Amino acid sequence: MALIDNHILSLMTFIPLIGAALILMVPKGNDKVVKTMAVVTTIFPLLLAVKLWGAYDRTLAGVNLASGFQFVEHYVWIPSINVDYYLGADGISIPMLMLTSLISFLAVIASFGIEKQLKGYMALFLLLETGMMGTFASLDFFLFYVFWELMLLPMYFLIGIWGGPRKEYAAIKFFLYTLAGSLLMLVALLALYFNTADPVTGQHCFNLLTFMNQSTHTGILKHFDVRILMFLGLFIGFAIKVPLFPFHTWLPDAHVEAPTAISVILAGILLKMGTYGMMRILFPIFPDVTRYFVYPMAALGVVNIVYGAMCALAQSDLKKMVAYSSVSHMGFCLLGMAALTPVGMVGASFQMFAHGIITSMLFLLVGVVYDRAHHRQIDGFGGIAAVVPVYTFFVVVAFFGSLGLPGLPGFLAEQMVFLGAFATAFSGFKTLVIISTFGIIIGAAYHLWALQRVFLGPLNPKYAGLEEINGRELFTLVPLAIVAVILGCYPMPVLNLMNASMVKLVDVVKMVM
Amino acid sequence: MNETNFFLKYAYIIPLLPLSSFFINIFVGKRLPRKGDWVSLLTIVTALVMAIGIFYEVIVQGFNPNFSYHVTYPWLTIQDRFHVNIGILVDNITAIMLVVVTLVSSLVHLFSVGYMHGDPKYNRFFAYLSIFSFSMLGLVLSESVFFLFIFWELVGLSSYLLIGFWFEKKSAADASKKAFITNRVGDFGFLAGILILFATTGVFGFDEIFAAVGAGKLTGTMLTMAGVGLFCGAVGKSAQFPLHIWLPDAMEGPTPVSALIHAATMVAAGVYLVGRMYPVFTPDALLVIAYTGTITLFIAATIALAQNDIKKILAYSTVSQLGFMVCGLGVGGYTAGLAHLVTHAGFKACMFLGSGSVIHAVHSQDIFDMGELRKKMPITFVTFLIGTLAIAGVPFFSGFFSKDMILGDALAFAMLNPKHYALFIVPMFTAGLTAFYMFRLVFVTFFGHARDHHKFDHAHESPFTMAFPLIVLALLSFAFPFEHNNWFKTLIVKPKSAVVLPAGEGHGSAPKHEAAPAAAGAEHAAAPVEHAMASPAEHAAVAPAEHGSAPAAVHGAPETAGLSAEEKEHAEHVAHVTHQAHGIAMYMSLAVAGTGILLAVVVYILGWINPATVKAACLPVHTFLANKWYFDELYGMTIIAFTMWAARMMAWFDSNVVDGAVNLVATVNKWACMFVGRFDNLVVDGAVNAVANATIGGGTVLRRIQTGKVYHYAFVLVGGVVVLFLLKAF
Repeated sequence: MALIDNHILSLMTFIPLIGAALILMVPKGNDKVVKTMAVVTTIFPLLLAVKLWGAYDRTLAGVNLASGFQFVEHYVWIPSINVDYYLGADGISIPMLMLTSLISFLAVIASFGIEKQLKGYMALFLLLETGMMGTFASLDFFLFYVFWELMLLPMYFLIGIWGGPRKEYAAIKFFLYTLAGSLLMLVALLALYFNTADPVTGQHCFNLLTFMNQSTHTGILKHFDVRILMFLGLFIGFAIKVPLFPFHTWLPDAHVEAPTAISVILAGILLKMGTYGMMRILFPIFPDVTRYFVYPMAALGVVNIVYGAMCALAQSDLKKMVAYSSVSHMGFCLLGMAALTPVGMVGASFQMFAHGIITSMLFLLVGVVYDRAHHRQIDGFGGIAAVVPVYTFFVVVAFFGSLGLPGLPGFLAEQMVFLGAFATAFSGFKTLVIISTFGIIIGAAYHLWALQRVFLGPLNPKYAGLEEINGRELFTLVPLAIVAVILGCYPMPVLNLMNASMVKLVDVVKMVM
Repeated sequence: MNETNFFLKYAYIIPLLPLSSFFINIFVGKRLPRKGDWVSLLTIVTALVMAIGIFYEVIVQGFNPNFSYHVTYPWLTIQDRFHVNIGILVDNITAIMLVVVTLVSSLVHLFSVGYMHGDPKYNRFFAYLSIFSFSMLGLVLSESVFFLFIFWELVGLSSYLLIGFWFEKKSAADASKKAFITNRVGDFGFLAGILILFATTGVFGFDEIFAAVGAGKLTGTMLTMAGVGLFCGAVGKSAQFPLHIWLPDAMEGPTPVSALIHAATMVAAGVYLVGRMYPVFTPDALLVIAYTGTITLFIAATIALAQNDIKKILAYSTVSQLGFMVCGLGVGGYTAGLAHLVTHAGFKACMFLGSGSVIHAVHSQDIFDMGELRKKMPITFVTFLIGTLAIAGVPFFSGFFSKDMILGDALAFAMLNPKHYALFIVPMFTAGLTAFYMFRLVFVTFFGHARDHHKFDHAHESPFTMAFPLIVLALLSFAFPFEHNNWFKTLIVKPKSAVVLPAGEGHGSAPKHEAAPAAAGAEHAAAPVEHAMASPAEHAAVAPAEHGSAPAAVHGAPETAGLSAEEKEHAEHVAHVTHQAHGIAMYMSLAVAGTGILLAVVVYILGWINPATVKAACLPVHTFLANKWYFDELYGMTIIAFTMWAARMMAWFDSNVVDGAVNLVATVNKWACMFVGRFDNLVVDGAVNAVANATIGGGTVLRRIQTGKVYHYAFVLVGGVVVLFLLKAF
């Protein structure tokens, strides 16, 4: 047990990798074995996440204080350049680690329909999970970067091989776009490395917590102009992942072409990497520049909210509509973060979690109908609620969750973002909030309009024999729906995890000690 | 609080009862005997019993205008920075609303057992009724504006589900969508109001907000904006102009739903909200409210004149009556507006269920398919007539009790603020219209002779489960349940305003005040709100002097202690005018209602005037009214068209400009790479190849010398020797 207690984050990160290696050893033609192994492999991180939830001390804040982190593993990795193997969790990462383990587990089950080269698919999938877990657990920038890049490779192949008709285009676009962001991040990473010194050893290092200590900054890091450039480099790197307007256009393509389970991972977890990176790295290392840029960041958030919603309204492909709804919803995160109030920051963090749950449901549901009808044209259906009532029930839950109905977590997250942003001391945020509430109206419009065109009205005779949702699909949706309803009615189980760190993060950025 | 308050202590169970039956019916209802209708019925009747218990404890036993029972628990906290509490607040209006909601809901449940019999989605219908009852009860029990908003959205969901219950019909699906989105537009304002209140006061609880506003934390224009914002929510939910368009369409839902949600309870939630938040409305905000209500009540009544669908007429009359409530609240008639809410719930539910009974019998909604039905459906007829007498404002019926109060307050307001006389004249005129179009409905439907004999022959009185609710509601359409012992006016008294007005605007007849200077001094501000409620035994009297606007039912002596002589004089003046106004208004409203009824008799019973002639004479007006003032067309051509156009433009921009730029970068890169590739191929590699080629070329040339033939070498050798010899020689 000591192994588990002391290395819980490492286990969560590397069990999938081991599973991937084992799967590759399975002889050809044993798809059932591969599926079983993949499921078993993803159950372990899920169980560990439950343990994490139980063992996590909600009073510690972390953020920039090493002693505030929990489940820490700190070893020297590459001594010649002072790279550490440094994992740890605080309120910023704990919810994301839990989300990742849950969504990955469900996505594996949702992948059972894959027929082409299942072994390779599952191996890459598990490799992807390692990348995601590692990214959320790393406290060393070099390690973070390694995991960050590690996600790219499996994602590229998963879209490029198992995707839809335009899979090559989408995969390459995703890869190059994200890589471009990574390189900007790399530049900033190197600049940080060479312009900070560990206060104890006096040497350069990649320790994020050292970077957050402003007194370690030397050389060009003392010039505000340079800091702005580095901030922008990191910001764009993260913004591409979020994705923020105008860096978002890879998302609809990638979503539409990716297989269902990969869209789920993409929207449910990968998008959160961007906002997570801002909270974990960008804001605490450059608090001064963060404060300098609150307006542009909030404005970008508002553009995302309204513009994403408007684009969603105009889509004719159901999956593309859901993709643009993600653009809109991720805008809330940025608006809440930029407000630099505890309520806004918690709201942003909760929105990450809530969106992860709800959008995963949405993509799973789109996949269900696509598997049966082999198209996703909103106008190509009609009245199918009469044929598939159970499926419709889940769609209604997910759609209403997405449009912000109370009782489901999206509502609370949005309200907290609004409240936090409206009550901030920065003047002008009130106007931004009022503009962004238009996104709520448009959100209701596109969801309900799509709901009507696909499910309501007279039945399209073509789909009179549409097959009802099956047990496996229900198995992926029910846990998400239950989590959504619980958190929508009582959000404290997740908010308790975040609160201390988010309040601290705001204090750190505002330099209130 | 003592231990006898058993029901009050367990008030939170009331909304949970229907919630439990929602879950039962949605998941296992189909498999239960009778498809689970009894589960919903049982829970809502239990809730009714508990609500009556609370009513007895609070209203009958307590009889205290200041009663308030308040419990909260922390629900959402962010350390010490942010708190949202969950809890319940029971005061007199809540106690009344609990009974109204559970009673109408129970009756509608019972009615639906007959009305929805045989529907394939029978269990789901009851599940939806249950979730509605849960949301509505939660709404009236909320103790904070945050939870009120939560339940506000949830009633919107239930409304969406029930309007679109027969979703196979495109019109029903359209109507449900329209209702939800229109309400969202109003919620936009509601949310803005909440945000302003929270940003300045940092709290959500009603009492906490009133305290903070009373302490001067939020004043002037911002407070007006907050109030107008909250009112926007009410405009959406209570179908006020300009967002009234969804309610008539909502009639696509099953008729019991129209009675419960779109007549008696949910649509009144907006009025309830205004009443609940009454202390924070500034005179300016109240003026906006009053005018909105007035415009609404007039527009809706005129449209109702030209409709032939029985449910549409009732729907527009609902909009119009909601306008009366809102107008009443706006002119300061707090008691009047809420009284009309309660009485309207009874008589309108009665009429809607009556219309359901009629539709059930004749399978048509067009009143000109009906006629003479009084003979076939006596119970429906009598109860419907009682409801109509109530809405028309005939004495001894509940509508008279409440509408007369509204008109009296409107006249008092107009007398104190003569430039706002429209706020009295329009409602008074509309009261006459109401009487006319409602009696038109009754006369065409139940009197005359049968127009469609086939339908008439098949018509029959509805079964007991449908008739019983009608009888109960008809009894509640009489005035005595509300006038007895004057309990309503005594217990529902206008709360004192929390608004802190800037200096110099404490009184005077003009309610208008310009943007309040931020520096409204607290010590100055605190003064006018001091005067508290007067003795509750008589008509509780509120001194409305600080508004200069709004007199409530001021019959008793206002507590004037601590007021200056001038203020005292003003308060007395207001009381005097109010008293006078109520007398005048009563006679006028009697005359107007009588005229309206008489006109309906003349046209539709006696036939002295042929409606067709009138219609032909003013055809453009009729067309305009029959088409509902063309609001739908107007919105369709402007806001909706613009939104769709903008959405398409943005999507085009996104895929062509933003993504185009990305692809352009990619293309440019590709070209650059191709160019570099060519350069590499042609120039760099060309140079390498050129060197190679030159070497090869040179080699080829030189190779020629290497012929391998001895005589060539010998020749060159000899030649060389000769050349050397010659060089040496010369």
